[in-house]
Amino acid sequence: MDAWRKKLTKGVDFDDAEFYSKLGFKCGLEIHQQLDTKKKLFCHCPVGYRNDEPDAVILRHMRPTLSEMGTYDGTALMEFKTRKQVIYQLYRENVCTYEMDDTPPFPINQHALDYAIEIALMLNCQLVDEVHITRKQYLDGSIPTGFQRTAIIGIDGWIPYRGRKIRIQQLALEEDACREVEDSRHTIVFRTDRLSIPLVEIVTKPDMFTPHEAAEVDELLGRLMRASGRVRRGIGSARQDVNVSITGSERVEIKGVPRTPDIRPLTHYEALRQKALLELRDELNNRGITPETFKADYHDITNHFTNPEIRSMSGIPQGTQRINVVNLSAWQGLLKHKTQPGITFAAEIAGRVRVIACLDDIPNILVLDRQPEGILHGELRLSIELEEHIRAEIGADDDDTLVLVWGDADDAETGAKEIIIRAKEACGLIPQETRQHMTDKCRTDFERILPGPDRMYPDTDSPPIAIARERVRRIAAQTAPRPWEREEKYKKMGIPDQLATQLAIHVHAGLFDRLAEESPIIHRLVAEALVEWQKAIKRDKLELKLNIDSPDEARLEDFFKTAAYKRTPRRALYYAFEKLCYGEDAEPPYPLSDEELMKLSKKIKAEFKEVQFKSPDLTLNFLLGEVIEQSEGRAEPCKGKKMLENL
Amino acid sequence: MNKPDPLKGYRGKAREVLERMGARVWADVEIETDKGTYKGIILPRSEQADDLHVVLKLFTGYNIGLAVDRIKDIKERGFREAHYKIPEQEFPYDPAKPNVTLLGTGGTIASRLDYRTGAVIPAFTPGELYGAVPELADICNLKTEKLFGVFSENMGPEQYITTAEAIGREIEAGAAGIVIGHGTDTMHHTAAALTFMVQDSPVPIIMVGSQRSSDRPSSDAAFNLRCACNTASHGNIAEVMVCMFGPTSDSYNLLHRGTRVRKMHSSYRSTFRTLSDIPVATCTPDEVKPLRKDYRPRRTDRNAKVDAVFDDRVAIVYYYPAMKPDIIESLIDNGYKGIVIAGTGLGHVNKPLYEPLRRACSQGISVMMTVQTLWGYVQMFVYDTGRDLMELGIVPCSNMLPEVAYIKLGWVLAHTHEREEVARMMLTPVNGETTEREPYDGYLVFQGGLPEIEEFLKRGLR
Repeated sequence: MDAWRKKLTKGVDFDDAEFYSKLGFKCGLEIHQQLDTKKKLFCHCPVGYRNDEPDAVILRHMRPTLSEMGTYDGTALMEFKTRKQVIYQLYRENVCTYEMDDTPPFPINQHALDYAIEIALMLNCQLVDEVHITRKQYLDGSIPTGFQRTAIIGIDGWIPYRGRKIRIQQLALEEDACREVEDSRHTIVFRTDRLSIPLVEIVTKPDMFTPHEAAEVDELLGRLMRASGRVRRGIGSARQDVNVSITGSERVEIKGVPRTPDIRPLTHYEALRQKALLELRDELNNRGITPETFKADYHDITNHFTNPEIRSMSGIPQGTQRINVVNLSAWQGLLKHKTQPGITFAAEIAGRVRVIACLDDIPNILVLDRQPEGILHGELRLSIELEEHIRAEIGADDDDTLVLVWGDADDAETGAKEIIIRAKEACGLIPQETRQHMTDKCRTDFERILPGPDRMYPDTDSPPIAIARERVRRIAAQTAPRPWEREEKYKKMGIPDQLATQLAIHVHAGLFDRLAEESPIIHRLVAEALVEWQKAIKRDKLELKLNIDSPDEARLEDFFKTAAYKRTPRRALYYAFEKLCYGEDAEPPYPLSDEELMKLSKKIKAEFKEVQFKSPDLTLNFLLGEVIEQSEGRAEPCKGKKMLENL
Repeated sequence: MNKPDPLKGYRGKAREVLERMGARVWADVEIETDKGTYKGIILPRSEQADDLHVVLKLFTGYNIGLAVDRIKDIKERGFREAHYKIPEQEFPYDPAKPNVTLLGTGGTIASRLDYRTGAVIPAFTPGELYGAVPELADICNLKTEKLFGVFSENMGPEQYITTAEAIGREIEAGAAGIVIGHGTDTMHHTAAALTFMVQDSPVPIIMVGSQRSSDRPSSDAAFNLRCACNTASHGNIAEVMVCMFGPTSDSYNLLHRGTRVRKMHSSYRSTFRTLSDIPVATCTPDEVKPLRKDYRPRRTDRNAKVDAVFDDRVAIVYYYPAMKPDIIESLIDNGYKGIVIAGTGLGHVNKPLYEPLRRACSQGISVMMTVQTLWGYVQMFVYDTGRDLMELGIVPCSNMLPEVAYIKLGWVLAHTHEREEVARMMLTPVNGETTEREPYDGYLVFQGGLPEIEEFLKRGLR
């Protein structure tokens, strides 16, 4: 495990209600779960992942457009500043001209719509009566159209948790985006295989009050979707974004949290980062710096570096076109303000410059704050004399902080402006950002500005789709019970808690329900077989590298019904089940008849008459074990025990 | 002025319910239904949509539809009318830059959404264009004139004439180049019409449109406009040309001669292709690179020949194997003066059509033969059928595209109905509508799946 992660997670109580309530910690989830359809959402391409060489590539650019409310979306404009060349990798088998944005959408995949309605019902959502396909703009290039087609299916749902309701804001059916392959300077490469796979996006209200709660609710929602039986499994089929805010801050989104447990440290440190930013703001305000009084400017100081000696000593690459210096008035020392463990506010600025100005060779900025020894930052060196010279040249005051940024003329200009924008934001509200996790999965870095409702447009290519009431009734009738309902039921049936939890989201939970109703006597065994035995056998198969499919539901049903009819003892059932899972034609046997059992018991008794344990009980158990073993589990333990006692 | 309809787009049952509840569009409302409460802004409804639902914009920006028969109550909490407008900024004037006139006919070149109807409405003034594509100011000084706002399927002779006359006026007024914004569906018809109606132009006349409207981030509109404006301002080719995507990638545009170009795909960006020849040039927002030498160069005089006339009693008949004589007969009986046949193969139709065609020719109707293969020449000597048809008086139109022949015949018939003169004018090319030679690479339709083509597609040049 990453050393940072070890250090950062050790001894933290992620469910410390008092601590997080003082912070005003609030967390909401956005879960993206792919649906298990054969085809994509708006075209007829088969769903499939590719890791081979693409068959073709195309090049595109993105431009911001106006929203229907008449404004430009902030994110859109910001992403436009980055002027990225977007390259899409295409695959003949899984991509058509729809994904390339060269063909309008085909009618929506009705299976996907049914599945989304079903999951919305499981989440207790109010369904919409008419589905309106909406375009959600993404100018990062992740979708060739520049927008994701998405539609609300249900709103205002809830799920039970810790004796309260976690509110579900909405469930949307949408197409998945491309996978990013590479992002460097002004070029970003996307793979289109994943594009347009149907998924549901579930958004909760910020109703989780500790990081631990956030992780548990994420787990609960994941289980609900598995229980629906309508979702894809495997790597990348489910992704979650986590929203965090604290008292006085704005919502910040952590994008693409890889695993549920990572939610705990990520949200914890995000809350602390927000607190640090609020402290920085207070310090700025104390110095009289507010969004209104904030003062900063930038200057081209490339000519100070024309001396090859200075250029070479500075470590700024040869051939850099432009070097700008930003002067943050009265900011002395503040860029060193810690925002995350081992990370200062300067890194927040560097993150912005990296994304917006495409200056991604780190370090991409250099803070001049009159360190007595001058600047020494990795390869970068600047003498105190040069700093003083620059200060004098641009007329900086003693308590000003200077930030250098360099690159091609356009990028250095965008970079300088971005530094000023971010610094100014620090005086006011915490910027609503999307952040990406760092490799330690505890700390985060800037990804993009969080888009607002202004980036939503109606999709003029798709007519609204009315959802007939008959359709909803049909779906409701076949909807899987919710996992928490099943779990409760199983516990009442006497199934141990842990087994009940796992069985509630098992693929064959439906089969179990049917069997339990028809033949209640063996439900406990069936539960054990489906969950625990099957898991153990699967593990063995994996070790033996045997590629044998598990028996299908019809075969299992037949098997367990036979077992119930014949009243197969547990051990014999296990042996037969094992054979079945290894692809053999196994059938649960009858238990031994009384005569057979008597005969076997006598034989065992005679065979082991020398064997004597410390107590008669132990001896009896040993003999019983032998009877069961030699009957291949067909001997019923109670009967066998009695017989052995009486012999 | 009429007061705007407070329930725009709503009709029938939906209108009745909304009226009863005192609701209006743009109201921020709370709607109580039999399955819960919904909050949002009531949006105008598309007029083609049913009368059973009301459209609500939620605070998240999503739209949803609610069945009106579930609604129990609507409470208005506020009112928020959208003012959808492209930010208008004054287009900067730079005396060092050439003056270009952009004539608007409609189409999606620069547009915004009208979500009342879901339609795309063109946005057009220089200010709006500058707001949407500020890079244009680096290329030229732009003057715009909106001639009409029609989708390209509604363009016709009347519009061709108005456009040609406007071009003539602008050339005379000193424009360094003309750009015409046009819907793409019939852009090649208009390009042909303008080629015949504005001859010997001293400046480029560039037709441009977009396959992805500019309300989409991936739109080709901005790139097309920049390429077109640059070609009109700085290019040296003074012809009527269509300026649209070369490959589907945002990489370069092609300049197609107005008489050899055709829309070949219903939705691809690179839909326009030059047929039976190669394009005149490639271009980007910064430069024009001719692919051939035989173009008409830019001149400094202002002497364009405007000849804007059209006789619309012309039809195209796309021949199919079992075509019956009544198709031709009805054209004769309805007073048509010209018929362009898109025949099979080298220019053929079946025997049952001979009789009505003979009647057409004998009644003075000009009948032209083109090929529905689109590429290649009409050659009516090879088979008996062809010779028979020529005997009837049908004129083989060389390698003229059927749509171009239709436009040209309409234009020629406005000059003369004398059949021999019509034939002479038809076969005398104005600008490349027939060519004497087809180059070896005039017919290229790449077939996917072949290794060498796949290799080419991997370079992103499609």
